[in-house]
Amino acid sequence: MCRLALKTADTPFSPYEVLTGMEAMQEGYDGSGLGLLLRGVSFEDYKYKKDEQIILSGIAHTEAAFKRLQRLMEERGFEQDYDHRFKVDSSQIDTSDRYQYIVRVYKKPEGLTEKELEDRLMQTRLFLRKNGEEHGNDLTIFSFWSDVVTIKEVGWPLQVGDGLGLNDERIKARVVMAQGRQNTNYGINLYACHPFFIQGIATMTNGENTAFVPIKEWLEGKKIPGYMGYQSDSEVFAHILHYVTKRLNLPLAAYKHVITPLKTEELNAHPQGDFLKGLRTACRRLIIDGPNAIIGTLPDETCMLVMDQKKMRPATVGGRPGAWAIASEMCGVEALVPDRDPALDFQPMREHTVIIPPERKELQIWSQFDQFTLSQAA
Amino acid sequence: MVSVRSVYTQPSSLTYSDLPWIIEHREDRCTLCGQCTAVCPKQAIYLTYRRQRVPKLDILKKKRGNEYRHFVGIRQNTEVDKMCIGCGMCSSVCPNEAIGPVPNPNEHRSKFHMDQKGDSWKRGGRRNLSGRTVLDRLSFGRISMLTDPALDAGRHEFNANTILGRVLPPEEYIRRQAAGEWIPPTREIFPFVIGSMSFGGLSPNMWLGLLQGVAYCNEVLGIPVVMATGEGGCPPWVLKSPFLKYIILQIASGYFGWDEIIRAIPEMQCDPAAIEIKYGQGAKPGDGGLLMWFKVSKLIARLRGVPEGVDLPSPPVHQTLYSIEESVMKMIQTMSMAFNFRVPVYPKISGSTSAKSVLNNLVRNPYASGMLIDGIDGGTGAAYNVSMDATGYPIASNVRECYQDLVAQGRQNEIPIFAAGGVGKNGNVTQNGMALIMLGASGVHIGKYIMQACAGCLGNELGRCNVCNVGICPKGITSQNEKLYRRLDPDDVAQRVADTFSSIKTEMKKIMAPLGRSQSLPIGMSDALTIDDKDVADRLGIKYAC
Ligand code: SF4
Ligand code: SF4
Repeated sequence: MCRLALKTADTPFSPYEVLTGMEAMQEGYDGSGLGLLLRGVSFEDYKYKKDEQIILSGIAHTEAAFKRLQRLMEERGFEQDYDHRFKVDSSQIDTSDRYQYIVRVYKKPEGLTEKELEDRLMQTRLFLRKNGEEHGNDLTIFSFWSDVVTIKEVGWPLQVGDGLGLNDERIKARVVMAQGRQNTNYGINLYACHPFFIQGIATMTNGENTAFVPIKEWLEGKKIPGYMGYQSDSEVFAHILHYVTKRLNLPLAAYKHVITPLKTEELNAHPQGDFLKGLRTACRRLIIDGPNAIIGTLPDETCMLVMDQKKMRPATVGGRPGAWAIASEMCGVEALVPDRDPALDFQPMREHTVIIPPERKELQIWSQFDQFTLSQAA
Repeated sequence: MVSVRSVYTQPSSLTYSDLPWIIEHREDRCTLCGQCTAVCPKQAIYLTYRRQRVPKLDILKKKRGNEYRHFVGIRQNTEVDKMCIGCGMCSSVCPNEAIGPVPNPNEHRSKFHMDQKGDSWKRGGRRNLSGRTVLDRLSFGRISMLTDPALDAGRHEFNANTILGRVLPPEEYIRRQAAGEWIPPTREIFPFVIGSMSFGGLSPNMWLGLLQGVAYCNEVLGIPVVMATGEGGCPPWVLKSPFLKYIILQIASGYFGWDEIIRAIPEMQCDPAAIEIKYGQGAKPGDGGLLMWFKVSKLIARLRGVPEGVDLPSPPVHQTLYSIEESVMKMIQTMSMAFNFRVPVYPKISGSTSAKSVLNNLVRNPYASGMLIDGIDGGTGAAYNVSMDATGYPIASNVRECYQDLVAQGRQNEIPIFAAGGVGKNGNVTQNGMALIMLGASGVHIGKYIMQACAGCLGNELGRCNVCNVGICPKGITSQNEKLYRRLDPDDVAQRVADTFSSIKTEMKKIMAPLGRSQSLPIGMSDALTIDDKDVADRLGIKYAC
């Protein structure tokens, strides 16, 4: 089973902190890989401007790939502002074909509406990914978005952190999500490593999604750009979150109703029962079958945690105003926010969605049995 | 000495050893109570008076002579239309275990004589092809173990229901909700549906038993079973009862019983579960329905608005419609409108190479609520043997093809496909049904299995029984003769319906739990299926394992 950890704090912190949290839970994974997603990013030697700039994350496996990437980005009209260089200690890295870890800041293209920009960024990411695949997988692209850095590597998480010099405080973030272990249900592949990313939305998951094949088939059939890949059964969770919030324009609270709807008897007594029953029917293919704990972040730095219906995966959340942590185990939370009141730690049950809003003042525990704001359905 | 000329023989004369079933009668046990001959629906045995010559030789009197013993015995009829069907009713009533049919392993010469008077010998029942079907051979090979533990079928909660009715794409659902527009009706039902067996086809006791059982499943057991009527309407008291919500009303090309239904609409307390428009039947594709005159009793005649005792053939096509497009427009829309767009309306077609085109047409029609494909192994109360045995299309690949077609369009959630035809043929009803569901069906219809499990139908694929059409069903399931159908107690049938569906539900959990599946029916979960035949695996797009 993998282990997951997320920390969100008002003051940016080093991702290495989260790796130490992972270390606390080390018995739960085999150290076969690490995935990190940073949001609310700041660099020691560069002033990053979220509103004006976007960040590309990935790996160029060869020099040729690196040069090609540079050329392709120029051709596509992206102007580079900053290139973050990790202080790589290659003795700590298990793999040998890593020419360059890419975290590059580009100027946001101008004159586009928000929607056009979002689509352009995604198309560019998918284009680069495809280009890499066409060249014998010499280029791996994880994300291309404002304020998001993604790092994925094979190996023991803490060792990967040391190898990339993540403890040198040169890169910090307000939200860091980390997952230990490569996805091992299918072949080892960097794209199969959590967290998964699409248009600013990122999720990581514990466990395996039994309903993967029908969900994947349905998402692919929608022909929505970006709903592709699926080297991992957990990738669909990110896409469902994207679908619910961006395509259906439903509030975050609806996510749980889509992936783990209530029973008919329960919906009969629900204030929005009729709407929700219809939603359940319409989104029936997106019902997950667990066992999963899903941790996600949204572009506005909202963080969240939901469980599958049977709640067969552990996850706990704790913290204090200004700093919160979500982790697979209590010791992970303890390592990330030691100065909290542990008595207030919370383990969500099957009906809960835990939401940490961007202000980070308090936890919101939203129950599926509660009414939620939905202007259309009211 | 008997002269050769006096031996009675003509081309179709047969001996009893030419028949598929031979009656074994033990005269040493028989007390000649006559119960067997009374119960035999085929008059395959008869009591007969015999005289036996007993040679007599009295040495002292030096006189020879004969004596005659007179006795009553039981003999088997060798005429084809009275030939034993192996139903075993005689043995079940015999108090002395003195009589019973045994299958004749020899070639049946009767096969060559079964078409007497130009008619097919069998016009109902089964396909006469035995052995494991493709459905029986599909196994569920994806067992959760490491990252996803298997579930506990006894302890965990399972949601095993399915949706009948058109499902909107989520975007469209949200839009229509916001705009207050019409949202197509859907029903949450149990995925095993009691398939169309008409009120004329089944005896009143059988029908009542099924109805009681279905109501019990819904109201007491919480298993939302629905049953389809088949053509020929529904008794008026049912139409006006709250049970109507468990019933799928069928309209077929004969339109029998429909005026009765339409007239009852204003008095209905609730909507029916759905309307099924029958275009075809898997057991006899391209053939219309047929209720033979034996079964057109007074009640049936009244329900269908026809004279008593006449054959009721339905034409193979709806006479007013010439194409699927037209039918979709006219029938589906009209029926939806008749029930104020609150009831799902879907067509039933026979499995065929053209099923996909029908489906694509339905997908484009906003009022179509589903599609039922009936494959070749289906049963029927009336069809020529050659139709049943050799005409049609197997269900597994047909369903799979249609589902994959919808997958390619991203619309597999929208038109639920239901499958029928041989589900549970060899008794593996849950396994067969779940395999079809994992191939892409939203649910299955079962007919023969229900008759066998819930009413003790004796028919089998080896030609046993299969007299459903002629009104002499030995069990009283498919007969309109009250002397026969009184043999069946509706309460007992209801009890068996409840037993059957409870065990199907338990077995479903036993299949879903190891797959780690509990929240939703594994529709299209093809990664779970394996088969030990490479070609079938390739055709169905599932794993080959041996
Ligand atoms: S088995 Fe059935 S058909 Fe044959 S003799 Fe006995 S009762 Fe009659
Ligand atoms: S028992 Fe009745 S229903 Fe069953 S095959 Fe025989 S005649 Fe048909």
